[in-house]
Amino acid sequence: MRVPLSWLREFVDLPAVTAHEIADRLTAAGLKLESITAYGHEIKNVVVGEVLDIEELTGFNKPVRYCQVEVGEAAPRGIICGAANFSVGDRVPVALPGAVLPGGFEIGARKTYGRLSDGMICSEQELAIAETSAGILVLSPGSPIGADVVELLSLRDEVIELEVTPDRGYALSIRGVAREAATAFGVPFRDPADLDLPASADSGYPASIADPTACDRFVLREVGGFDPAAPSPLWMRIRLLRAGMRPVSLAVDVTNYVMLELGQPLHAFDRTRLTGEIVVRRAREGETLETLDHVVRKLHTDDILITDESGAISMAGTMGGLETEIAGGSTELVIEAAHFSATGTARMSRRHGLVSEASRRFERGVDRELPLYASWRAVRLLVELGGGTAGPGVTHASIDVEPVRITIPASYPGRVAGLSYPRESVIRRLEQVGCTVAEGADPQCGGGPVTGTGTVTGGDLREQLDVCGTETDLLTVTPPTWRLDLTDPNDLAEEVIRLEGYQRLDSVLPTAPAGGGLTEGQRLRRRAGRALAAAGYVEVLAYPFMGERDLDNLRLAAGDPRRSAVRLANPLSEDEPLLRTTLLPGLLKTLVRNVGRGAGDVTLFENGLVYRPAPGAPATAPVLGVDRRPTADELARIEAALPAQPYRVAAVLAGEFERSGWWGPGRPATWADAIEAARVVVREAGFEPVVAAATHEPWHPGRCASIHVGDVLIGHAGELHPRVAEAYGLPPRTCATELELSRLESAMSGLAQAPTVSSYPVATQDVALIVPAATPVADVEAVLREGAGELLESIRLFDVYTGAQVGEGGKSLAYALRFRAPDRTLTVEETSAARDAAVALAAERLGARLRGS
Amino acid sequence: MSNYDPVEVTPLHADEVARMRDDALAAIKAAGDLDELKKVRLAHAGDRSPIALANREIGALPPQARAEAGKRVGVARRAVAEALAARQTELTAERDERVLVDEAVDVTLPWDRLPRGARHPLTTLQERVADVFVAMGYEVAEGPELEGEWFNFDALNIAPDHPARSDHDTFFVESVDSGKVLRTQTSPMQVRALLARGVPCYVISPGKVFRTDELDVTHTPVFHQVEGIAVDEGLTMGHLKGTLDRFAEVMFGEGMTTRFRPNYFPFTEPSAEMDLKCFVCRGASAVPGGPPCRTCKSEGWIEWGGCGMVNPRVLVACGVDPKRYSGFAFGMGVERTLMFRHNAEDMRDMVEGDVRFTLPFGMEV
Repeated sequence: MRVPLSWLREFVDLPAVTAHEIADRLTAAGLKLESITAYGHEIKNVVVGEVLDIEELTGFNKPVRYCQVEVGEAAPRGIICGAANFSVGDRVPVALPGAVLPGGFEIGARKTYGRLSDGMICSEQELAIAETSAGILVLSPGSPIGADVVELLSLRDEVIELEVTPDRGYALSIRGVAREAATAFGVPFRDPADLDLPASADSGYPASIADPTACDRFVLREVGGFDPAAPSPLWMRIRLLRAGMRPVSLAVDVTNYVMLELGQPLHAFDRTRLTGEIVVRRAREGETLETLDHVVRKLHTDDILITDESGAISMAGTMGGLETEIAGGSTELVIEAAHFSATGTARMSRRHGLVSEASRRFERGVDRELPLYASWRAVRLLVELGGGTAGPGVTHASIDVEPVRITIPASYPGRVAGLSYPRESVIRRLEQVGCTVAEGADPQCGGGPVTGTGTVTGGDLREQLDVCGTETDLLTVTPPTWRLDLTDPNDLAEEVIRLEGYQRLDSVLPTAPAGGGLTEGQRLRRRAGRALAAAGYVEVLAYPFMGERDLDNLRLAAGDPRRSAVRLANPLSEDEPLLRTTLLPGLLKTLVRNVGRGAGDVTLFENGLVYRPAPGAPATAPVLGVDRRPTADELARIEAALPAQPYRVAAVLAGEFERSGWWGPGRPATWADAIEAARVVVREAGFEPVVAAATHEPWHPGRCASIHVGDVLIGHAGELHPRVAEAYGLPPRTCATELELSRLESAMSGLAQAPTVSSYPVATQDVALIVPAATPVADVEAVLREGAGELLESIRLFDVYTGAQVGEGGKSLAYALRFRAPDRTLTVEETSAARDAAVALAAERLGARLRGS
Repeated sequence: MSNYDPVEVTPLHADEVARMRDDALAAIKAAGDLDELKKVRLAHAGDRSPIALANREIGALPPQARAEAGKRVGVARRAVAEALAARQTELTAERDERVLVDEAVDVTLPWDRLPRGARHPLTTLQERVADVFVAMGYEVAEGPELEGEWFNFDALNIAPDHPARSDHDTFFVESVDSGKVLRTQTSPMQVRALLARGVPCYVISPGKVFRTDELDVTHTPVFHQVEGIAVDEGLTMGHLKGTLDRFAEVMFGEGMTTRFRPNYFPFTEPSAEMDLKCFVCRGASAVPGGPPCRTCKSEGWIEWGGCGMVNPRVLVACGVDPKRYSGFAFGMGVERTLMFRHNAEDMRDMVEGDVRFTLPFGMEV
């Protein structure tokens, strides 16, 4: 809301303080300052002049005048002017040499068109009081020669722009802001809506409300014999412009001016284009209306319409129809001021994508007592400025609405704030807001509907929100008609607390019950992140969006569950309408970006949710009521419709994992590093992962490992399929790991058990086994462990050899076995026996033989 | 007594012992390095050295001569041993001096052999915030990012036609009437926490949220918030202020307080916008004549987040009796906090995943 301070000061006697101080007080009251714009302050030395003589200069490619202008000095000044909309005798604004115009534009005497132009005759645009002007500004004939134009036209003003929150529709008006300003400075407020209405027995243009849920007040007033050519006065145009609205014509400008001043949207019809009775009703199936913007709109049966016998003529509180709109020649006007349903206008505005100044106000709540007054204010302005006569009658259709009444203990605002407010302060603050405060509980309390921000109405909710308890010092508060947001005890508490000042609140640290710290899962996620970072990976937070193309790039088969992704109805990019089912696309794209920016060796990880719809899950999540706690079953129905959202962690790596340097060559990142990254994470959960060969997209079929903890599949790691690397434009042999942390977390069981550390000496035995080349090393190790038995402390593979010495189709694996007993020094016989047992089992199970035997 | 040898033993003559000692000392002195000294030690102090051999002869002396001879040889051996030790120390020091100089390296050579990692500052900032509240007794709650509309809006007192609902530029899932959205705020965690934990409830919940904004310097469609909620008997707005003041101090340093301004959130009433005292100028720039401050645009305060008393309607929807319980809630943007706490100027840096942005933040912020 843009508020010219001159307008504000009409209704409240603000002290002589700066715009900033006013804005600060309003901000403290909840109307936040967005910006302050000063107008007219930089204009200097522009005075009223009278045109004494005009000499038309010829020989130029446009009309040019050389004028003699009397500005109250010893002699008239000669001034060149390109406009022709003035005559000898007109009073005009003259920027004298040395003058400054808006934008810091300085005027000097200069030679032009062969004459010395001793100043400039100004247009409205040049004085920044219009966006464009066709000619220069001709002032009223009585303007005193030599007078300062800025003073004369009151051009100096400041406009404060305030952010108005959705609950405070009343502040979308000078009236509403003035009331807050008056309270903030403790000065009187003059209500601009406090007008004497003419007594009228006549009824006006026939109208009725057919749907009381759509509209509860509908007022029409008429103006006849209006001069459609009458211009809007300059002061009105300046204010409209500074308040952010474009002047159009007197009739339109007056409706906008009154809307800005009072907050009541108005609509003007051309009476001659109306046919029969006006009825406010909902739209019928198949109805259409061509609106002011020349769009033919298909109406929805929930739309609220103003209709006459010809059909729809306006979308209530949103946009008028083209057919009945006042036009350049309209002389008979019907002014509509109504109170439409806030939700009705909100829905209609949203449904048609039409946001207007009117709909913005109706959605946020307009004072239902305003229509009679605002329409009268508009009629008076139209009559005064447009030369018409006010129609004798007034149309007033109205539905009775029970006012909201709220009973609270006088101490309640203090209870919410944690302060003690004197009873009289509570009452005074509520009255400043416009409430009527009565002592004691009102038996009527609870009679009005609970509306406003809530979705639920009804006595039960009101009963649940009641805060009176056993208190006896009660106040019954009737909020003013412009505060539709005040429906609950806490709404009243806020009014008192904010007007008393939020700065008065104490700062008290509450004592929470002792908590249990982070959960195991939260700790695991932190550890996994730290461990990967310590291992050289950099964390990224990619957007969780992906496209079909990613699924293809990853070579996922038709039935791959990762193809079953949640689709957004309104994605940011049509290329990525899906929610990720794997972390890899985001990571791979980030890797490509880093490489593109010159990084050669990149190691990244991400820790985040993936979205995995369950097959057969319900398509929609129910939207439950809010007047009670939902049942477990109701909540389960929401959860069932939501996809599973497990935590995953993934890493990608490309280039050299160990850099080359002065110490020698580096080592490229390989499948082994990717699997090690998986080990790093799994070990943080206290497990040694089971690594096995696997085939799983998007990995290289020969370089992919599955990672298990016991029987639980945790994820995969290895080198990406070369076609995947190609599809994403990744460096060749890019590797990746992806693990499901949520599964790892569920697999975690109990606490780590302390081992017994033996202080007896270790006995070492090396064995070299030849096994078939295809035998996985993990199998060999497992068999050796099993065969060696309990005395085996550790086993380590220290060499892998293939070649002539082991023969075709075999490989030699050299292991160092360490044996130790908890209670004695092992003999050579014992350790040899254990080693032989291990070798024997390997021979039996895997066909291994000792190398050299 | 039976092995008494009446023959006089020449090596034990005093002048002979002195000669052996002097020979040994001369050789020790002449030893030029540790290897030579080792040979000298063998020759003059070893088992087969003359002085050792002489020592063995003592037993053959007549008893009355043993003491004197033993003393004479002992003194000589000690002198040799001491000289050896001294020379050993001397030569070791000489060798060390030479060798350690020879072995000197350029310790300024780089060793960027292994990759360096880091955690994302938005992650670690969320953890830091969580830790502050965990220390106050709160627990960290998590919930789905793809959320039921009821949790994201209705239960938070944002009715379907309320302007606040259309102010949230919501990503709808599958269709606009699926009842599912990408959560537009972490506030649904208020509802989840109350439903799951009951009261008293002190919970902090950091996480990802989504709005259909285009990515630019100050906006990103996917961003992070931290939500806090406390519901208990007797909680007031003063407790909210106290909690946020303490939070501000822990995050930004002593003396850093908050300021409340009235604002509107459907799920809190009364509601406030929370400003943080500018931690760069500490408010000095807002004093007339004070030095200008870029961080707060010389306002002295930085807009940090929203807060308020949990709207009793939210309590009702969660089955908590507002007659007995009250509570407060607050929320702030993590990106925004990172921006002013760490002088990050461009939100795009936080989402693009360029390692150059993330590396300097290390393991914690």
